[in-house]
Amino acid sequence: MLMSLEHDIHPSPGIVPRSDEEIAARVKAMEAILVEKGLIGSDAIDYMSSVYEHEVGPQLGAKIAARAWTDPEFKQRLLVDATSACVEMGVGGMQGEEMRVLENTDSVRNMVVCTLCSCYPWPVLGLPPNWYKYPAYRARAVRDPRGVMAEFGLHVGDDIEIRIWDSSAELRYWVLPQRPGGTDGFTEEQLAALVTRDSLIGVADPLTPEN
Amino acid sequence: MRPEPDEPVFHSDWERSVLTMFPAMAMAGAFNLDQFRAAMERIPAAEYLATRYFEHWIHSMTEHGVRAGIFDPQDLERRTRYYQQNPQEAPPKKAKPEQVDALRQMISNGDEYRREVEAPPIFEVGDQVRVKPGASTTHTRRAGYVRGKAGEIVGVHGAYVFPDTNAIGGGDCPEHLYTVRFTGAELWGDEPNAANTIVHIDQWEPYLTTA
Repeated sequence: MLMSLEHDIHPSPGIVPRSDEEIAARVKAMEAILVEKGLIGSDAIDYMSSVYEHEVGPQLGAKIAARAWTDPEFKQRLLVDATSACVEMGVGGMQGEEMRVLENTDSVRNMVVCTLCSCYPWPVLGLPPNWYKYPAYRARAVRDPRGVMAEFGLHVGDDIEIRIWDSSAELRYWVLPQRPGGTDGFTEEQLAALVTRDSLIGVADPLTPEN
Repeated sequence: MRPEPDEPVFHSDWERSVLTMFPAMAMAGAFNLDQFRAAMERIPAAEYLATRYFEHWIHSMTEHGVRAGIFDPQDLERRTRYYQQNPQEAPPKKAKPEQVDALRQMISNGDEYRREVEAPPIFEVGDQVRVKPGASTTHTRRAGYVRGKAGEIVGVHGAYVFPDTNAIGGGDCPEHLYTVRFTGAELWGDEPNAANTIVHIDQWEPYLTTA
């Protein structure tokens, strides 16, 4: 179990220069100094981590995508000015001050990456998963998008144009996936349950009613 | 790609502290966003590739914290050893309710990187441009893979803080920002997995020349 955890959270398995305990000790030392100097509050740490653990996450992006699938006027507003449309849904803020939504169609698939580091639309997706931040994805997404998508289980033929969006500035991109078939009559809530984080990044399709 | 099934938001408790140290140390004046990113890019490549994402943050916070006089390197080492020898010990706790309020504001309202400038943009949608080819030894969003490549302006966004100057403490120096569209063929030649692909990347005006 521990081995598999190490395998998953370290970008280069086999090279583990610092143990989790060593890093924890260093961070405690930093935190102690910041607390003593009055530069960080213990309550601030609890507050901020709790926001991204329990409040701000991909369920917000899923809710917005589901609304776009059921409300054509909202969808239009979302594609023209995502920031304002998200504010209508009470969503916005840090690391997503300006957002743009890209629509997948029968002939175009969009995919988001930050080759520089880890830029990601926090207000709709929360904190990025590790794979999004690691060099393999950042290097390969722009050059080998079909290969990357295939490893996520998505096989995209050459007849479909793949548009990659490299988030190099403070504009944050995310994807409006296509509504899955077999969902006629679904409520927004039922549809939102099908929208995954990976489908909003563009590396996967939403779930279908069968799965 | 090795996505982790049901990946938790935080893999270790210390990641909660590191996340919050980012705004706390920024509020204390230790770094701005671009300085923070620049220090991560100064991590030696082999170490960068072999370490976890939040270790990159720790590296940047340590470098800037020492420079800003918040951390004394010897004190930091001494305390780190202490917590390594006493892993059950937690850092001191002290509340800072005004910081919780500031974070609440920041998380829901975000930060502003857009700036008003008098000079109109040089380029317009449809213009053919080329990214300047030269190397850079400091922080830039002129990503290596688009240097010297020709693309088309597809978005004109107004002026934003210029990362290249902001990262070296040279001020906002706002510049116009554009979305530039490159074909996979321009970037990667006949690489099969890049067939029928497009890459968009946001570039500031000083990065570009007329193609």
